[in-house]
Amino acid sequence: MSLEQFLAVLIDGIIYSAWLFVAAIGLTLIYGVMKIVNVTHGSFYALGAYAAASITGALLARGMPPALSYAVLLGSALLVTLIVAPLIERGILRFMYVKDEVVILLITYALFLILEDAIKLVWGVNPYFIAEPYGLLGSFDVFDLTYPYYNLILVGVAIVCGVGLAWMLNHTRTGKLLVAVIHDTEVSRAMGINVDRMYLFTFTFGSLLAAIGGAFTAPTVSVVPGLGVEVIVLSFAVVVIGGLGSLPGAALGAVIVGLVRSATVHYLPQAELFVIYLVMAMVLAFRPRGLFSIAEARKI
Amino acid sequence: MSAARTMSAARTPRTLALILVAILAAGPFAPQWTMFLLTIALAKGLVVLGLMLLLRCGLVSFGQALYYCVGAYAAGMLGRSAGVSDLLTLMLAGMAAAALVALVLGFLLARYRGIFFGLLSLAISMILYGLLVKTEALGSSDGFNVLPSTLFGIRPADAWVRYAVLALAAVVTFVAALAVHRYLGTPLGRLAPAIKDNEIRVEYMGASARYAIHVKYVIAAALAGLGGALAATTVGHIDPEMAYWTTSGEFIFITILAGTGSVIAPFLGALIFGVIHTVAFDLSPNTWQMVLGACLLVVIVFLPNGLWSLFRRRRAG
Repeated sequence: MSLEQFLAVLIDGIIYSAWLFVAAIGLTLIYGVMKIVNVTHGSFYALGAYAAASITGALLARGMPPALSYAVLLGSALLVTLIVAPLIERGILRFMYVKDEVVILLITYALFLILEDAIKLVWGVNPYFIAEPYGLLGSFDVFDLTYPYYNLILVGVAIVCGVGLAWMLNHTRTGKLLVAVIHDTEVSRAMGINVDRMYLFTFTFGSLLAAIGGAFTAPTVSVVPGLGVEVIVLSFAVVVIGGLGSLPGAALGAVIVGLVRSATVHYLPQAELFVIYLVMAMVLAFRPRGLFSIAEARKI
Repeated sequence: MSAARTMSAARTPRTLALILVAILAAGPFAPQWTMFLLTIALAKGLVVLGLMLLLRCGLVSFGQALYYCVGAYAAGMLGRSAGVSDLLTLMLAGMAAAALVALVLGFLLARYRGIFFGLLSLAISMILYGLLVKTEALGSSDGFNVLPSTLFGIRPADAWVRYAVLALAAVVTFVAALAVHRYLGTPLGRLAPAIKDNEIRVEYMGASARYAIHVKYVIAAALAGLGGALAATTVGHIDPEMAYWTTSGEFIFITILAGTGSVIAPFLGALIFGVIHTVAFDLSPNTWQMVLGACLLVVIVFLPNGLWSLFRRRRAG
């Protein structure tokens, strides 16, 4: 194993981990607060990607300076989430919280199917490309390998999202209230916390994180229908490995999956896909609640 | 209510037999595409019948496509490597392969409940998907074609192939549904709602929930393998997509749509799913998923016990 190859594995792994982390962190937040395994997470990823690609593309065509496109990526993710997420939470999900965890999962699955086609209705089935934000920055070399600088932006986005969320939870009023809701919903309600508003905030914020993930991935791929389908299982894997509802868990899960995948891509490409789910199954088999999880009392 | 329930349960074998006779009799006059639709509905119905067993004890498997795919690939590989083309042999092989895998995995999965049962089964089915996509000997992501099937050594004339497959599928399904119906009446079968309600009391009663779930898990897998092999020979092509999570999602969808009220429900559900799918896809190829999603939402909200509860309510009233 040469140093060069090792570095390549490491860099690819970090970039992939960053992408996974942004894609999965909202899922763990929503599970932590609302106890919902949210399949629509993948839809918000796709929504973010579509909004970013179409809005940025349209503005660039009208002569917007390309340097502004990064702000537009973020803005389009925000815009589409603020429209769709509250609609889903207030319009449908809030009536379902009394139902069983598994039934709510199925409801989000139904919503995922609906959103898949809604995306096709709004944006059509032709792919969208925006290369400018990606091409603008150029690339750097590590030994013989060339990496675009844009990938560093992804890592930056991941760090900002992770640190921002941790800061929000520990240092703001809303965050502290959220921690209380995560700990015990009923007692929080009894203490006068407006849990409904917390749920709305969490669902919107968690979905926004998915949309940001999609928006910043959009310049590196062609945005096509079905974009979010793979993201769902991948982010499930990341979140389950770390422990559902745990923020450090999601970070660890993303790093594990990212490094394992990039290592297999380099050394054993046949195992690329299956190794992620193998790790997920192993973690579930030996630590069913994930690596970072608190034991729960058995209720009779 | 309970008297009405026993009566309707007692009528189930007769209803099943009537449906079988109706399919066998009407088949020769039906257009080819309806026979295809019906055979696929039977194949999916078999998978859903297994999921229904698990759902009755409160377990939702998001990886049942694993066994569907194992059954299909077992049938396909048997045809490819050994040249076996007999439909019944292939179906039984698919069933046996799936049951064997489930017997082993069951030791692990029978300990899991709720969301974790679903996620672990999802992970395992995705492992198979990942393996198949990268296995060039089995056609990678393209899969491969399955040999044209024969029936007891004879290849029926082209016009009759669909009917022959449908007839055999209907008979096999009839036997499977009847067996599951019997099983639901046994003490082990009756344990399911109890496990769903309160597992600790089941154990106080002296029964082992884990054992009961393991048995149901193997039966469910065997049915899924049977369905997978049937689907493989009917469509004539298999690919790793059969193990992907969206396939499992489709099966869960049908299970919820149908409800757990009777062994007939899964087949009715699969047929309705097939019809909605075909019609919606035909009318507007870009919104059929939306139609399906909306149907699922409506059923979950207004008919929590599935479409089958419509029948029961009317009969009880």
